[in-house]
Amino acid sequence: MKKVEAIIKPFKLDEVKEALQALGITGMTVLEAKGFGRQKGHTEMYRGAEYVVDFLPKLKIELVVPSDQVEAIIDAIKTVAGTGKIGDGKIFVVDVEQAVRIRTGETGASAL
Amino acid sequence: MSYLRKSLKYLPLLLLAAPAISAHADELAVLTAKLEASDAQNAYIFNTLLFLIGGFLVMWMAAGFAMLEAGLVRTKNVSMQCLKNISLYAVAGVMFWLIGYSFAYGITEGGYISTNLGWQNFGAGADNSAGYSGASDWFFQMVFCATTASIVSGTLAERIKFWPFLLFTALLTGFIYPIVASWEWGTGWLDALGFADFAGSTLVHSTGGWAALAGAIILGARAGKYGANGQINPIPGSNMTLATLGVFILWLGWFGFNGASQLAMGTISDVTDVSKIFVNTNMAACAGVVVAIFYTQLRYKKIDLTMALNGALAGLVAITAEPLTPSVPVAMLVGGIGSLLAMLAVPLLDKFKIDDVVGAIPVHLVAGIFGTLAVAFTNPDVKFMPQLIGVVAVGVFVFSISAVLWFAMKKTIGIRVSEEEEYVGLDQAELGVAAYPEFVS
Repeated sequence: MKKVEAIIKPFKLDEVKEALQALGITGMTVLEAKGFGRQKGHTEMYRGAEYVVDFLPKLKIELVVPSDQVEAIIDAIKTVAGTGKIGDGKIFVVDVEQAVRIRTGETGASAL
Repeated sequence: MSYLRKSLKYLPLLLLAAPAISAHADELAVLTAKLEASDAQNAYIFNTLLFLIGGFLVMWMAAGFAMLEAGLVRTKNVSMQCLKNISLYAVAGVMFWLIGYSFAYGITEGGYISTNLGWQNFGAGADNSAGYSGASDWFFQMVFCATTASIVSGTLAERIKFWPFLLFTALLTGFIYPIVASWEWGTGWLDALGFADFAGSTLVHSTGGWAALAGAIILGARAGKYGANGQINPIPGSNMTLATLGVFILWLGWFGFNGASQLAMGTISDVTDVSKIFVNTNMAACAGVVVAIFYTQLRYKKIDLTMALNGALAGLVAITAEPLTPSVPVAMLVGGIGSLLAMLAVPLLDKFKIDDVVGAIPVHLVAGIFGTLAVAFTNPDVKFMPQLIGVVAVGVFVFSISAVLWFAMKKTIGIRVSEEEEYVGLDQAELGVAAYPEFVS
């Protein structure tokens, strides 16, 4: 089992969700995040004083899936979440040791 | 009027019955007396009505201040700001009833301080001697006292302790403001000098502004507001909607603040004056907003909503000293300049590391001083020197007494919350009631 973590631009959420559902994923978690990579922040002005907002709003999508689905998911996210501009985001894949369905107590792949 | 028409009908009869004329002359005198009494009754009623309506409009300004301040502080301090606003309004009412009104109006003509002190009793029945109800006059004056106190709470938000603030409010509303008011509206020495302040650019707005300035200097800036290398770190307000609503409410209330300061509505001349005052008051605010949005667009490349809101209020404060005599264009000029001065004052305070959370000092103190001095140019009966003397006298008095009070409290009970309390927010630290409990910052 692998966990796919994708940081995306917030307005891309619906497209990414639909693309992943088309692949048949069984669930996902979305977190609000803020961050920066190479995308610079912007300056705001409040009552005559300037301030730099380094962090930009992002969304983090997490999916735990069987290892064989990871490639397809990465491709789908890359295609749909990209705009070609700096700040499109990143995808990380990590190993998942264990998964448990709370309602039934199932573990492993049947918990996904 | 119907009495007069009826008596005119009798005129031919009077001429025919010449010997009976003297008897009818008596009747005419009685009718004339009744007519005058009716006029006096109407005047009493309309004057009182003006005080009552103007009074509750100014009372509503307390809601305006509360919303404006609640919108410009961070979410963690909103409940406390609301508490301060409702408490100061209540304390102002009590103190002004207990002793404030007697300081303001018990003074002898040309005097420096009233010695005729005590709380107010409003007996049953009408007291026709002054031409208006005594209770309505007290009510109208009380809400002005409360407005003065409201000014201070905005500047000192987000780091002042509640009870010391309330203590200062009690002293401001029981003593400082009433003494200042007695010098002019109470017919004290400033009035004798020819100083003019129609609705309170100095007496209310500058007084509040000076008290706020003294407090801001002694209290110190919010943590993190000013960096070590002279940088100014903005601390944006939590709710622009509330702030905007607050300013509209204040704008509405100002029609009572200025309009009812005519103090009479029982004649055509008076009610016409009240109408002109409404118009000038409105136009000064309009000019204030327009100046603010042009200024911030040009100066900062982006319009600042909070400063546009300040601009409206600065315009209103500036015209408050004389909203009757100017023509509409002149009223707009006064409002526009008041707003411009406030715009300039906002970054200037930051330069001196004086942290005014809502811009009350630029709006009430700076525009208030300008508005007071401007009367010498908008009212032909008013000279510049008395205006200047009034501005300086009130400034010295209010600033020094306020500074002494703030300093004394700082050294004894402390006026500032601890660093940690400031960090978690006053709602949690002092109040235990969060404004937005479902939203975790």
